[in-house]
Amino acid sequence: MTTTIEQATRVPADAETPRRQRARRREHLTGYAFMTPWLVGFVMIVGGPFLYSLYLSFTDYSILGAPDWIGAENYVRMFTEDQRFWNALRVTVVYLVLSVPLVQVVALLLASMLTSGLSGSKIYRSLLYVPSLIGGSVAIAILWRFLFQGDGLLNNLLGTIGIHTDFSWIGNSSTALYTLVLLNVWQFGAAMVIYVAGLTQVPAELYEAATMDGAGTVRKFFSVTLPMLSPVILFNVLMNVVAAFQSFNTAYVVSNGTGGPADSTLFYTLYLYQRGFIDFDMGYAAALGWVLLLISGVVSLILFGLSRRLVFYGDE
Amino acid sequence: MSTLPTEAPLQPLVPSRPRRNHRPDGSINRAGLYRHLILIALSAAMFYPLLWMLGASFRADSQISNPGLWPGEYFTLDGYVEGWEGIAGIPFGRFILNSTFVAAMCVIANLISCSLTAYAFARIDFAGKKLWFAIMLSTLMLPHHVVLIPQYILFREFGWINTYLPFVVPKILATDAFFVFLLVQFFRAIPRDIDEAARIDGCGHLRIFFRMILPLARPALATTAIFTFIYTWNDFFTPLLYLTQTDLYTTPLALRAFTDTSSSSAFGALFAMSVVSLLPVVGIFVSFQRLFTEGIATSGIKG
Repeated sequence: MTTTIEQATRVPADAETPRRQRARRREHLTGYAFMTPWLVGFVMIVGGPFLYSLYLSFTDYSILGAPDWIGAENYVRMFTEDQRFWNALRVTVVYLVLSVPLVQVVALLLASMLTSGLSGSKIYRSLLYVPSLIGGSVAIAILWRFLFQGDGLLNNLLGTIGIHTDFSWIGNSSTALYTLVLLNVWQFGAAMVIYVAGLTQVPAELYEAATMDGAGTVRKFFSVTLPMLSPVILFNVLMNVVAAFQSFNTAYVVSNGTGGPADSTLFYTLYLYQRGFIDFDMGYAAALGWVLLLISGVVSLILFGLSRRLVFYGDE
Repeated sequence: MSTLPTEAPLQPLVPSRPRRNHRPDGSINRAGLYRHLILIALSAAMFYPLLWMLGASFRADSQISNPGLWPGEYFTLDGYVEGWEGIAGIPFGRFILNSTFVAAMCVIANLISCSLTAYAFARIDFAGKKLWFAIMLSTLMLPHHVVLIPQYILFREFGWINTYLPFVVPKILATDAFFVFLLVQFFRAIPRDIDEAARIDGCGHLRIFFRMILPLARPALATTAIFTFIYTWNDFFTPLLYLTQTDLYTTPLALRAFTDTSSSSAFGALFAMSVVSLLPVVGIFVSFQRLFTEGIATSGIKG
């Protein structure tokens, strides 16, 4: 309406409008041109497969021949009969529940040590970060095996102080998972670096005010540091939870791909790999993938829900 | 300061105020001393296994149960010589070369495609941008294992088994949403005046992108390059799925095959090649330390 009036009253605008329209259309096209790689990738490699795996999860499919629609049978089988599924879920949850909070506590403690004006803190920061870089590699998984096997480094060390044992920490189903938890905690550096970044942004006035009010170190930590840092904590927890749900390499290498001993390191993704690429039960593996998505989605929602109560953003 | 939680670590950092643990009267702060002791002890404990592996790689195989670090009289290069012979007649250097090639291709692909996509999100106003951006962010949280099976079926259908295409093509198509997001954040922080001025001078988007934005975004591009390299270098899962031909193996897959094929007493060779496989990552870290430890989000580097 307004444009028609403008067009009627102002002659120069009349000449310019189509050109501006053309310019805007070109802007849209340029936008999509720049985005083309991502768009193609999204449709072909992410979004398409995402939907296709939902379809596959309702089929029996062994990669040869065509998928055979079997309704919800994969899911029913998973929840009612498949002991290894429940076990894999339990292993992953234990791993996650132990390692994620431990990583946060260690990382936060060290980050506050490193930001308290200690000389040489940059060197420590770099050193402690190194394990995060290499921790997921096969080389470190191999090292971990040699650390915790019966005649491994740990037992040899214990031998030098008079404790002689050939207990295989990694070959025993009651301890194997904890060696992997330890490997995850060993990589606290990545979380620590992010906490250091967060801590340096807490305004010094807050601490000064707290000191004036007579707060001690512990009180300051709980009343100033934790609330101010809560968005960063949420970020780290989310990232670590996502990573823990998907950890695969170490369990695979340490257990030779079996998830043993006695399925005690059978991470969820390792089980999915076995069903999909060893048994070629692709429909079932797709269903496992979807259950993983739902579980990690629910966990993320819970974390976000908690965060609405617990996370403090400056302007509230 | 109400930001998305995921943005928190990406904000520019305020440098910390320099404080020393020397008190004005010259005495050393005792609490500072304790902190140093704790940190040194912790660093030593964390690095001991790594240093032990390094030492063991230079030691005779018979000394595997020696918890000492220094090879001393048992020093030998046999591990490296033996390890370099590789597996099934294919020298280990070949695997290193394969890994380097794949990682380099992935780095180039990610740099180009992620920055193009990020520029569209950060600087161009087009219909549906908000929706696409939201979709892109949601793929950030999508567990890779949900799309794994269909991707495998697709790539197999294309005849891409035993090629490096399953590594590189997803990067060409900017599926690493993390880097797209990182670059969007960085591009947005570049003042708009710069490209407004260029536009008045008649520059198109392509020109602005290459001449203005990319040179200014060098730190973010370096971060993308380095992390893409390290992810790809350490990646074990993709080669495990797509490479079955030994001469195409990347380093992680070769190392893992080593644990099977070599006799259980060839520890020296196994450790030597493990050390070799870690060297590029450690080298990059030493050269670009600040990019890692000062700010830009680096979490979730796990397989």
